[in-house]
Amino acid sequence: MGQLTTGERDFGAIILIVLAIIGIAMAAAGRADVLGIHGAMVLLYSLALLFVLFSGAFGTSPSPARLTRYYDDPIKVGVGLTLFWAIFGMFIGVWAAAQLAWPSLNFDTSWASFGRIRPAHTSGVIFGFGGNALITTSFHVVQRTSRARLADQLSPWIVLFGFNLFCLIAISGYFLGVTQSKEYAEAEWYADIWLVIVWVTYFVLYVRTLARRKEPHIYVANWYYLAFILVVAILHIVNNLAVPLSFAHAKSYTVWAGVQDSMVQWWYGHNAVAFFLTAGFLAMLYYYLPKRAERPIFSYRLSILSFWGITFFYMWAGSHHLHYTALPHWVQNLGMTFSVMLLVPSWASAGNALLTLNGAWHKVRDDATLRFIMMAAFFYGLSTFEGSFLAIRPVNALSHYTDWTVGHVHAGALGWVAMITFGSLYTLVPAIWKRERMYSAVLVEVHFWLALAGTLIYVFAMWNSGIIQGLMWRTYSPDNTLVYSFVDTLLAMYPYYIARAFGGLLFLIGAIVAAYNIWMTVRSSATATLPLDEDLPVDEKPIGGATPTPAE
Amino acid sequence: MALTHETLLEGSKMWGLFYLIGFSICVLIYTFLPSNRERFERAEREIFDEDDGPWK
Ligand code: HEM
Ligand code: HEM
Repeated sequence: MGQLTTGERDFGAIILIVLAIIGIAMAAAGRADVLGIHGAMVLLYSLALLFVLFSGAFGTSPSPARLTRYYDDPIKVGVGLTLFWAIFGMFIGVWAAAQLAWPSLNFDTSWASFGRIRPAHTSGVIFGFGGNALITTSFHVVQRTSRARLADQLSPWIVLFGFNLFCLIAISGYFLGVTQSKEYAEAEWYADIWLVIVWVTYFVLYVRTLARRKEPHIYVANWYYLAFILVVAILHIVNNLAVPLSFAHAKSYTVWAGVQDSMVQWWYGHNAVAFFLTAGFLAMLYYYLPKRAERPIFSYRLSILSFWGITFFYMWAGSHHLHYTALPHWVQNLGMTFSVMLLVPSWASAGNALLTLNGAWHKVRDDATLRFIMMAAFFYGLSTFEGSFLAIRPVNALSHYTDWTVGHVHAGALGWVAMITFGSLYTLVPAIWKRERMYSAVLVEVHFWLALAGTLIYVFAMWNSGIIQGLMWRTYSPDNTLVYSFVDTLLAMYPYYIARAFGGLLFLIGAIVAAYNIWMTVRSSATATLPLDEDLPVDEKPIGGATPTPAE
Repeated sequence: MALTHETLLEGSKMWGLFYLIGFSICVLIYTFLPSNRERFERAEREIFDEDDGPWK
């Protein structure tokens, strides 16, 4: 925050003071309700940030020369936050996986029961890890491709710290037993309102930065980021329309009823997959892949066609989550059809990425970072093929409710989302901190193999267990009774659940290795830095790194 | 004509189809418009420009 002007500091302080007052009000109104605890957290969080803000307030005022450079400070802090949430979220994931194999790992407490740590895992990895990665890389890509500095210096911090406050409130709430019971939208009304404010700030910042661009054409990666920001805002608002019990209660009730509620939820849920877990990460693919491979994207036009294909088709695919339900048949058919059509733009993107590498395979062999990106494109192709297949109603009859879905999810989440993120981080970190390369290429290599092995073990275990489960549930004896009891199927799952926990553990260790490697890169001595051109920030100190936010 | 569930349904199905077709045509035109060729080719190469600072 060293570059903030006095005006920006003052405005930041006002925002934090207002936030602190809101925290006090929540604590006073909520008292023993979880709302009260969250009020106290908001108060502490804003006071901690206020302290950070003030501790730098009496230094020298920032030099005007800073405006001739990109604004990378929030990116540096964002990298640290991304890694923190990666390790946290995946640790909870391994724990949840272990609980399914050994249920006593909930230690007979309510806060550590599966139903509470599961959303802590999904929110931790999707929003904490994925969200911070998206915000961080988007700040990098938008500046580089627009040749313009971020529009101002305060709103990037509001976006970053505001978003992480949302993550903290949401996830601590699950441990305390608060939930809206909507998957991937479990956080309660007050956290949702806060996220809307943060998200609108993000959108405005992004558009203002684009408006300052010196490059006439907006590079395609920005389209994907913008689609991600815009659509997530719409989805979030519509799905979370709810009426709280009172302003002193954490609990609320959704305004949607019955089958409409399900449809809205899965319209949200599937587009969360599409625009949170796909569009923004495709943006990373379209920037960091050509950069790393040092080759232009195979076909720019194809990237435009697949952009519109993906944004348009995904919108209609949500109902494939509701096959064989009270949802009208034609709506299910619509979702199924669009899901199958989605394969075309999805494979166009994956193919575009792989064809870009055509002719540079020797680089893929030698460079583990590029291999991360290549594998991500491969898994993107794989999971979208699988998704289109699962969306066909008779296939879904077998797969739904089984671990096959979980296998599909993690082929996408580990193989695609996490791998593209790590590939992007390994490209971004040396660029932002002006290092020639990562601290250790060997550790990147180690991480790659841990991640790949972990993903394959996880996904194969779930494919096996899912299909076995599905088949056992539908096996009838000659006199039309079910052959297997539910407990029989659980026993059959046991070895696969152990395998999954092991695969996940490998993936988690890989993430820890990445955090160490990045930390050492940031700390590495100036001897390893690039020649000091005038582009270097005046006050080059490694802020951020792997430090969590002050309130943690 | 009464505004029933059925009429709304028919309407949305039909207009949905036209919307999809019209939209696809617009996207195809934009992508393959010859005058856009240069712009796209430039965009493809621009990201490799290494001068690491905002342009004035
Ligand atoms: C260390 C690696 C990981 C492990 C061990 C792990 C483990 C798990 C477990 C045990 C579940 C619950 C499955 C069930 O209810 O049967 C789950 C669900 C889920 N995980 Fe992970 N996970 C990991 C990484 C990730 C990552 C990186 C992401 C996203 C970027 C992710 C996204 C999800 C999602 C979306 C679900 C919900 C799936 C559904 O409802 O079908 N996971 N994970
Ligand atoms: C063409 C693209 C895709 C299609 C058509 C598709 C389709 C599907 C289908 C049919 C299901 C199962 C629904 C059910 O039985 O309940 C599903 C679940 C899921 N998919 Fe995909 N998928 C696609 C790509 C992806 C990608 C790239 C990811 C990324 C990470 C992903 C993440 C998920 C998640 C998280 C769920 C679990 C939702 C839940 O909680 O139940 N999908 N998808």
